[in-house]
Amino acid sequence: MIIESKVHAKNLVAWAKEKKEVLVLSADLTSSTEIDTFRESYPERFLSMGIAEQNMLSFAGGLAREGFIPFVHTFAVFIYRRAYDQIAMSVSYPNLPVKMFGFLPGITTPGGVTHQAIEDISVMRSLPNMTILDCGDATDVESVLDVAYFANGPVYIRMLRGEIPRLFDKNEPMKLGVNRTLSQGSDLVILSCGICTEEAMRAIPLLQKKGLSIQHIHVSTLKPFSGKPILDLIARSKYGVITMENHSVTGGLGSIMAEEIAEAGLGKKLYKIGIHGYAHGANKAYLMKEYKIDAMALVEKIEEITKTSFNIQEEDLKKVYIEPVHTISKAEAL
Amino acid sequence: MEQFEWINQVKKIAQGIRKRTLEHTIKNGGGYLSQACSSAEILATLYTKVMNLGTVENPIKPKPFPGVPGAGNSRYFTGAEFHGARGKEYDRFFLSPAQYALVVYSALIETKRMAEDGLDYFNKDGYSVEMIGAEHSPGMEVTTGSLGQGISQAAGIAFARKRKGETGRIIVFLSDGELQIGQTWEALQAMAFHKLDNMILYIDVNGYQCDGKMTTVMNVEPIEKRLESFGLKALRIDGHNIEAIAQASESKPDGRPLAIVCDTNPTKDMEILCDRAPKFHYVRFANNEEKQKYILFSQDVALG
Repeated sequence: MIIESKVHAKNLVAWAKEKKEVLVLSADLTSSTEIDTFRESYPERFLSMGIAEQNMLSFAGGLAREGFIPFVHTFAVFIYRRAYDQIAMSVSYPNLPVKMFGFLPGITTPGGVTHQAIEDISVMRSLPNMTILDCGDATDVESVLDVAYFANGPVYIRMLRGEIPRLFDKNEPMKLGVNRTLSQGSDLVILSCGICTEEAMRAIPLLQKKGLSIQHIHVSTLKPFSGKPILDLIARSKYGVITMENHSVTGGLGSIMAEEIAEAGLGKKLYKIGIHGYAHGANKAYLMKEYKIDAMALVEKIEEITKTSFNIQEEDLKKVYIEPVHTISKAEAL
Repeated sequence: MEQFEWINQVKKIAQGIRKRTLEHTIKNGGGYLSQACSSAEILATLYTKVMNLGTVENPIKPKPFPGVPGAGNSRYFTGAEFHGARGKEYDRFFLSPAQYALVVYSALIETKRMAEDGLDYFNKDGYSVEMIGAEHSPGMEVTTGSLGQGISQAAGIAFARKRKGETGRIIVFLSDGELQIGQTWEALQAMAFHKLDNMILYIDVNGYQCDGKMTTVMNVEPIEKRLESFGLKALRIDGHNIEAIAQASESKPDGRPLAIVCDTNPTKDMEILCDRAPKFHYVRFANNEEKQKYILFSQDVALG
């Protein structure tokens, strides 16, 4: 598997070169959100706002009203938890192009409960006008800039930093409202987003070898959600759908799918893999195992659903080599 | 002589704001009346003497609510049209405590920016002249009813305008109660740090908030010292003294945002309100008898 390092740090500088209207706002987490290179490259377009997120979000709304496009950078929790009223009234209500880059989504941080954004999709999805994007790999992290930039109005992005796998072909960028079909099958539909997609990609080849036919879809646009093509696949599936997310089982991808299925009157079973309750501080691999959002958790869930034992071990999952894949077949546009 | 003439004109407009707000409160059975008492001279001076706004040829009739802003709403407008055309050289006005909307509407009518019958649409279902105004309401262009957000949004606009080389100033009207909010101080420190000396804050220190006298709810004094320690240039004046308001407004920008702390009286020229002390935030008549008292008062008194 290809691992890329500091993807956003390098990419943002190149991408923003000619986009003079793009301003980067930081709340004292400049290197932690990989915008230190941007600060050094374009100091006049970098605004240090201090540890004061409520002002930062309303201030960004003001900048956006005057034609600038603020790229707000901080940890995800300090965007949606700390400044929710400001996002609602200064950004979302007036439908302003403020692009919010939320780092450390879910349990991707040892920072513990104060730093783990486990209900951000749930909270931000309730806001009218809001677009929500979730990055799963280096290609997503690079191409999310264009998606956020061209999307109308405010955008909230679950962003990755540091060492990131490249799961998707570098030449197949993220597109608004377009899911990535990673495998096709009729027994079960698996919808994954964010870092859970890598986990699913570890488990699925082994499950396929055991004879399961799996439709795997990576969702990067959580809102507006492109439900129709997925619903057709679920309707045709034998067992229904599993959602897998680095987020609370309340309000995220699982809940989105529950609403879609219920509204369509589908009568198919939904299984949610996600975080139950609050987590605590530890390393990412440990937490993903502990809170059952890793590859093994998916295997176990499928064993439960199919009432079959696959005899797949942790070591087998670790050994799976993932090369960057081409997204299969036609685009599932909005 | 000419210099006294403008003062008389501002005085007349301030009296008009009070009278209009009182009459409306009686008609409506309630209203934000003490806010008119305390801020009438500040708003009258801003609209007639201080702010460089685009002209409005004919007083504008308030429009129906245009729907919320969004990608699909091409009918949307803000209340900024009451301040005339937008231009690099023009000032922009931001009402931070949107609870003062009625007072601003009265000021817009008195200065011939809003139609004489504009208050007939106040709080009227389906109209833009809302009780706690939002960005579609006359004289407003951002949504500030959630207190503390107005100053931050205005600071973002001030930063952007400075960056674009626009010379117009950002005028923000604040209430003293907002100084209890954390976000206000976040905004103040950011304004000082980013040297937004194109901003002028007018703070209406009437000393009262919803629960009563501010010093019994949560003290914010000494305001001018606190502002100075945050890096602003702060002047403290009598907020009913029109000349003092105008003079303080002419203070030359020196890299620091300017705060004009205006001491005011929430019952100014309306002694009848004193009976309600210390609850001035919103006047709602307890019974018909009280309403009759206010009607008599409005007929008897010339208001200053």
